[in-house]
Amino acid sequence: MKISTMLIGVASLALCAGGALAGSHLANTADKRIALSNNYAGNSWRQAMLQSWEEMGAAAVADGVVAAADAYTTSESQATEQAAQIQNLILQGYDAIVINAASPTALNGAVKEACDAGVVVVSFDGIVTEPCAWRIAVDFKAMGKSEVEYLATRLPDGGNLLEIRGLAGVFVDDEISAGIHEGVAENDQFEIVGSVHGDWAQDVAQKAVAGILPSLPEIVGVVTQGGDGYGAAQAFKAAGRPTPLIVLGNRQDEMQWWADQRDANGYETLSLSIAPGVSTLAFWVAQQVLAGDEVPKDLTVPFLKITQDTLDETLASTPEGSVANVTYSLEDAQQVIAGAK
Amino acid sequence: MNTLSRYRIILPVVSLVVLLAATFWMQPRAMSYFGLNLLFNLAVPIALATMAQMMIIMVNDIDLSLGAFVSLVACITATYLLDTPVLGLAMLVALILAYAAMGAMIHALELPAIVVTLGMSFVWGGFALFILPSPGGASPDWLRALMTVKPPFAPMAVVASILIAVVTHLLIIRSALGTVLRGVGGNTRSVARAGWSVLKLKACAYGLAGFFGVLAGMALVGLTTSADANIALRYTLLSIAGVILGGGEFVGGKVSPVGAVIGALTLTLAASFLSFLRLSPDWQIGAQGAILILVLTARLIFSRKGAET
Repeated sequence: MKISTMLIGVASLALCAGGALAGSHLANTADKRIALSNNYAGNSWRQAMLQSWEEMGAAAVADGVVAAADAYTTSESQATEQAAQIQNLILQGYDAIVINAASPTALNGAVKEACDAGVVVVSFDGIVTEPCAWRIAVDFKAMGKSEVEYLATRLPDGGNLLEIRGLAGVFVDDEISAGIHEGVAENDQFEIVGSVHGDWAQDVAQKAVAGILPSLPEIVGVVTQGGDGYGAAQAFKAAGRPTPLIVLGNRQDEMQWWADQRDANGYETLSLSIAPGVSTLAFWVAQQVLAGDEVPKDLTVPFLKITQDTLDETLASTPEGSVANVTYSLEDAQQVIAGAK
Repeated sequence: MNTLSRYRIILPVVSLVVLLAATFWMQPRAMSYFGLNLLFNLAVPIALATMAQMMIIMVNDIDLSLGAFVSLVACITATYLLDTPVLGLAMLVALILAYAAMGAMIHALELPAIVVTLGMSFVWGGFALFILPSPGGASPDWLRALMTVKPPFAPMAVVASILIAVVTHLLIIRSALGTVLRGVGGNTRSVARAGWSVLKLKACAYGLAGFFGVLAGMALVGLTTSADANIALRYTLLSIAGVILGGGEFVGGKVSPVGAVIGALTLTLAASFLSFLRLSPDWQIGAQGAILILVLTARLIFSRKGAET
């Protein structure tokens, strides 16, 4: 009880101070501690996300920006377990908790308790709906739409498209697909003639595309969700059909294939996805909130786009089997915040 | 036997006290009204689920569908009970009756409970997904108020745990019904010869399990404020571990409601303690298992000594 009132006091004081000095002289956060609550670490994206957090956190602590930036991952990736973890983090006295949530709603009780105790809560990627928390969301719909818009610039005459979707029933899959269909509706020179589920995995995508290809007319472009472009390319090659314009998703194997094709026949495309380093963006947003900056509750993550010009550079910095990444800086976070104001 | 029954409750208490002392030493902030509540409030639904599992283990069966069942209850609570309370309540009562029917069926057809409940877990899971395909819903206000109430002297989590322990102790250990139910686990044949209908008793035990499962799901929604179809899947194994940790045995109708509540609290605390230790998540499941084995080993040593004297 005593701690909670104390924390609320400190937080409101910090907020008042920030409000008064808005912008120019933000409060010092050198004694603040930020924790990352993560629910899952079982794929390359999450591993890269945790690694970005650790590298950037260690640097921030060494520079005296914050006192601690610790990462916690639940062992069974379940919502109740993460709720307990968040409650533990409140008890451990962290000033801010950055969350990649197992469920958008099941953590709301714990998040509310954190807010009531004066803890700043920032959710990203897997966001929470509790109004007191900040959300750094991914506009998956815009991502799907921008794929079609890119195709429209490259293929002004239009043609038939093949859509590779993700894992059925997952919110992200619905959003990206809705964006793609919206893009196609606006660019009516394109028509989606086939749609398969590739589950964001190269082997599944390859099998699915190989299965549908014989029934399809000529395909000029493939719109994807990431993690499926290389598999699609292999299926086209195996069927002996010309390689269409495949939009890629920043995976290392996709970029390697792209580079090989470019060197062989001048292949040109676009690759886009969300960088796992978004965890570092969430860190800086939490730091800015702690420093007293007025940050809007809803922020949007920029996509990481890889073009013909940046391919070599990105490929060189991406470990084999991983995914292209960037570590966001304080300036990037401020830019995102300013953009949302 | 006398020493044995005494040791049965001493051991869970000692494990909880030791773990609690270690947690307070690691994290002095936890030693407050606010801290204790944060530490234990998610243990309340686990304790209720443990009670449900105990009813089943008491009659020599095991329930692998409990986690899915609690998830389903949570989904109903966060949707129907909120929008149309009468319909929601009717659904929850129907679920309790379904549990009782499941118990009767297991007995009448002499089916292995482990298979039937495993199968039912998919049925519950399917219904839960049907009701709440994507995470959402909201907690009824009265339920949220009940789970966040701040009683004087001790936090809600502690008061609720004591209440659950006392009520189930009276029900299972003191009441006539409880004694016969434990008798079903101890020696089914002699209970049947004494003129009881084992079919009705098993249905009763399963019905009680369903009742506590419903309470667990409702308590969970009161804490999380919303539900999803997978919210309580880990309760299946947690509840079994809680019963055993609290001094229960898989066969023979030997269960201890007070011990099982303490077992549930200990399991919750163990997870928090390991998190305070900053142990890597890769090791946490293993460490949790190690704590379980440690307590069970201690129990074996004690019970051997108890048998010698």
